Amino acid sequence: MEATAALPAPSGARVPVWRRLVGFGLPWAIVGGAVGYAVGHWIGTKIGVHVHSQTVTDQDDVAIFIGLLFAILGWMGGLGFFNYPLRRIMGHPPSLEEREGEGEGAWRYYRLCTDHKVVGIQYFVAVLFFFFVAGLNAMFIRGELTSSNATFIQSGNYLTLVGLHGTMMLMMMSAGVLGPLGNYFVPLMIGARRMAFPRIEALTLWLTVLAGFVLLAAIFLGGFPTGWTGYAPLASQARGGIDAYLVSFALIGIALVLVGINVITTVITMRAPGMTWNRLPIFVWGLVTTSILAVLAAPVLFAAIFMVVLDRTVDTSFFLATAGGSPFLWNNLFWFFGHPEVYILALPGFGIVLEILPVFARKPLWGYRLAVAGMFGVALLSFMVWQHHLFVSGINANLRPFYMFTTELISIPTGLIFLNGMGTLWRARIRFTVPMLFALAFFFNFLIGGVTGVFLSDVPSDVTTHGSYFVMAHFHYTIMGGLVFALMAGLYYWLPKMTGFTLNEFLGKLHFWTMFVFFNLTFFPLFAAGLLGMPRRVSSYNPDLHTLNVFVSVSAFCLGISMLILLTNLVWSLILKRAPAETNPWQSKGLEWQLPSPPPVHNFDTIPVITSSPYGYGMPDAPPVAELGPHVIAGEGGVA
Amino acid sequence: MSATTHDSAPAEPRHGVWIAMIWAVVTVVGVVLVIFVAGPHIPPFHGSVQSSHQHDVNVTLTALVVPVAALIWVYFAYAATVFRQRGAEIVDGPPLTGHNGIQTTWLIVTAVMVLGLATYGTVGLLGSSHGAGGGQGPKPLAKPPDAASALQVQVIGQQWLWTFRYPGYGGVETPDLVVPVNQTIAFHVTSLDVIHSFWAYELGVKADAVPGTDNVAFVKALKVQSIQVRCAELCGLWHGHMNLTGHVMTQAGFAAWIAQQQVKYRAVTKLLPPYAPFYYPMPLRRAG
Repeated sequence: MEATAALPAPSGARVPVWRRLVGFGLPWAIVGGAVGYAVGHWIGTKIGVHVHSQTVTDQDDVAIFIGLLFAILGWMGGLGFFNYPLRRIMGHPPSLEEREGEGEGAWRYYRLCTDHKVVGIQYFVAVLFFFFVAGLNAMFIRGELTSSNATFIQSGNYLTLVGLHGTMMLMMMSAGVLGPLGNYFVPLMIGARRMAFPRIEALTLWLTVLAGFVLLAAIFLGGFPTGWTGYAPLASQARGGIDAYLVSFALIGIALVLVGINVITTVITMRAPGMTWNRLPIFVWGLVTTSILAVLAAPVLFAAIFMVVLDRTVDTSFFLATAGGSPFLWNNLFWFFGHPEVYILALPGFGIVLEILPVFARKPLWGYRLAVAGMFGVALLSFMVWQHHLFVSGINANLRPFYMFTTELISIPTGLIFLNGMGTLWRARIRFTVPMLFALAFFFNFLIGGVTGVFLSDVPSDVTTHGSYFVMAHFHYTIMGGLVFALMAGLYYWLPKMTGFTLNEFLGKLHFWTMFVFFNLTFFPLFAAGLLGMPRRVSSYNPDLHTLNVFVSVSAFCLGISMLILLTNLVWSLILKRAPAETNPWQSKGLEWQLPSPPPVHNFDTIPVITSSPYGYGMPDAPPVAELGPHVIAGEGGVA
Repeated sequence: MSATTHDSAPAEPRHGVWIAMIWAVVTVVGVVLVIFVAGPHIPPFHGSVQSSHQHDVNVTLTALVVPVAALIWVYFAYAATVFRQRGAEIVDGPPLTGHNGIQTTWLIVTAVMVLGLATYGTVGLLGSSHGAGGGQGPKPLAKPPDAASALQVQVIGQQWLWTFRYPGYGGVETPDLVVPVNQTIAFHVTSLDVIHSFWAYELGVKADAVPGTDNVAFVKALKVQSIQVRCAELCGLWHGHMNLTGHVMTQAGFAAWIAQQQVKYRAVTKLLPPYAPFYYPMPLRRAG
């Protein structure tokens, strides 16, 4: 058995390249998607003329939806997702091995592969790709806002940019930790050889990738004017681009449910002997609570999207007040998903920073049980606060004190995360590595995000700040200042383990300091812009705010350059320089760090027996974290 | 944070005392700066009873944020400087895994703060500010005492402009917003197509305009001035251009203005549908 899973190892030279290209994989998936869309669109056109009565444009939504549906089928068929079910139908025996693709080297990354480590890296590439695309949209938005009037971007295109930026960031960041780090490290951290459902794990990846491309296809269907919130009835009257938004968001919804089920099942059923709930790494707890939210919230989004699809195709009227529906229905359903979604973006960040702090503080995680309780508290409460997005909407206004109370309650479990961080740092021996810097910046930023949330939760204050740049600055502090900083901490912390290569520390620190400074210079002034009366999602604004906006735009461009430093670091360290990483460069006690970098295909030669918590720093008589069996020698591949 | 209880090693300086002292100084300075220096400049300003209340809330909350933020930042800054491991050596810290007293105290303190905040918000919302200028739907709970005699102004949002109907003056509909000073006004906000949000910035009023809904917001202007009206909910192509400059006038000025509008729009008013809490125009058609 070949043991190496090095990123682009050119080992699979046995099969000629032309033979690879005609096999199931990404090239065929693209062809399948394109052909599927064409066929589906043609069928839809034939059906559409019979069901549609109201459209006054040349676009036929029935054709677009059926086209996109067939494109999904074509994409999955091209990747080979139907091969195994068909083989089972034809009587072949069940198999778990068939798509791990051992010894095929880099080709595994271009096609359906069920090795959780390959999927994790595929996820990382996909998420970073769409992260950069969405970030580029933000640069265009800030470019347009250097002028107080709409100038170089036409009004409709501006809204499409805003919608693409928001939707793509939300979609990719909800998969941003669960996908790459979750799939890669949950099995390694709990002592398992794979995820519980390897094919589902691969499916969620390819659905997420497809969702990104379908969303981008909105550009060719006329864009969409709704932002990421997709409010009906604006969504009911929008042009065809909104169909792409709906389908891509639905795909992400399905992927979220599946990845959530996969993580929960894996953690419950596949923990190694001795991995008691008290020894579970806090990062895994973070992902479990995230997964619970994903499984419970995403179906609501899917249902709401299906209603809009029906409104747009067969002229139902779920959201049209004129015909017996209610615009509040979308508001309720969307935010019932949307607020847990916000914590789908926050909880993995909590998990990452609490996982990293003990390693670089050289102390046990302080208040472990409280941290777990805090995460579950956040998860539970996140389902009880959604109407704080609707304080001035006129819906159930008498419930505003209740939602004000529940919203403020969330600061109790969130505050526990801060207490855990502070306790862990007490009399610590802090090393300022790049991951630690990002983890500490998480607390700085998330605090600002948290306390500004108090203003928004207080109805009298919210009346002015609602729908303004204050909100926008607030959630960028929690999502970008929180999750993205945590993701960067995780990236610098774990990429050496995933790839086997060391990241350049100078570039890492340069990236950190530029990102930290310019992130704050970009978003902090926007609180003022909101308080001074600048609504979100406008391309023309009060000229009095011009100087402020120019300042913010310049900072935002510098923030963009900072992200290019990250890109440079990745290209330099992983492709050009390729300095091999040590097995355990951070001297972490985590189980994943006891394996070679990168870990062998089947992770553990013998299933390890866990003997202590992964945070036993400063305990000289603590047993090693796990009995790893006789065959694994750090720095070498496993031998079967 | 009373973490000095962990100070078992006698050689250690008393970190907890130092942190508490720095925190106390930063808090006192910060609160004084917020209330007396920054406070008067925190929007919204005193254009109405409601915006005045929002201003007070914003100043209060900012002042309350200071001790919390100072605690976290002072602690992290102190930890980053004092608990820093210099050099390449890797040394483990003391194996502290938790402290029941600190954890319980923290929970109680945050719970008390949250209860206080919720009470403060509820009392302010329902009591003194009568809904704080926010849209309260068709049956408002927080009404000013003179709600029955309030001036009714209907705000109609549509893509992409605002119009205003004054049912007390023959249902005249105008493209300009003028309201009298020192009189309670009931804005009835509704929409003809998609969701908009009526934001009269200087008055501290924000209420979503939802088709088929009569969203009521009370306000009492305190100052004769111009007001910026904006749309605060994304409503399509020209959302950023749904702006308007309205005016708060004296009672006499308003009376003259509305009389003039009644004359000017007499012919149009006859053609309008009768005043209603909301209107159902023709079904939506797919627009560009």
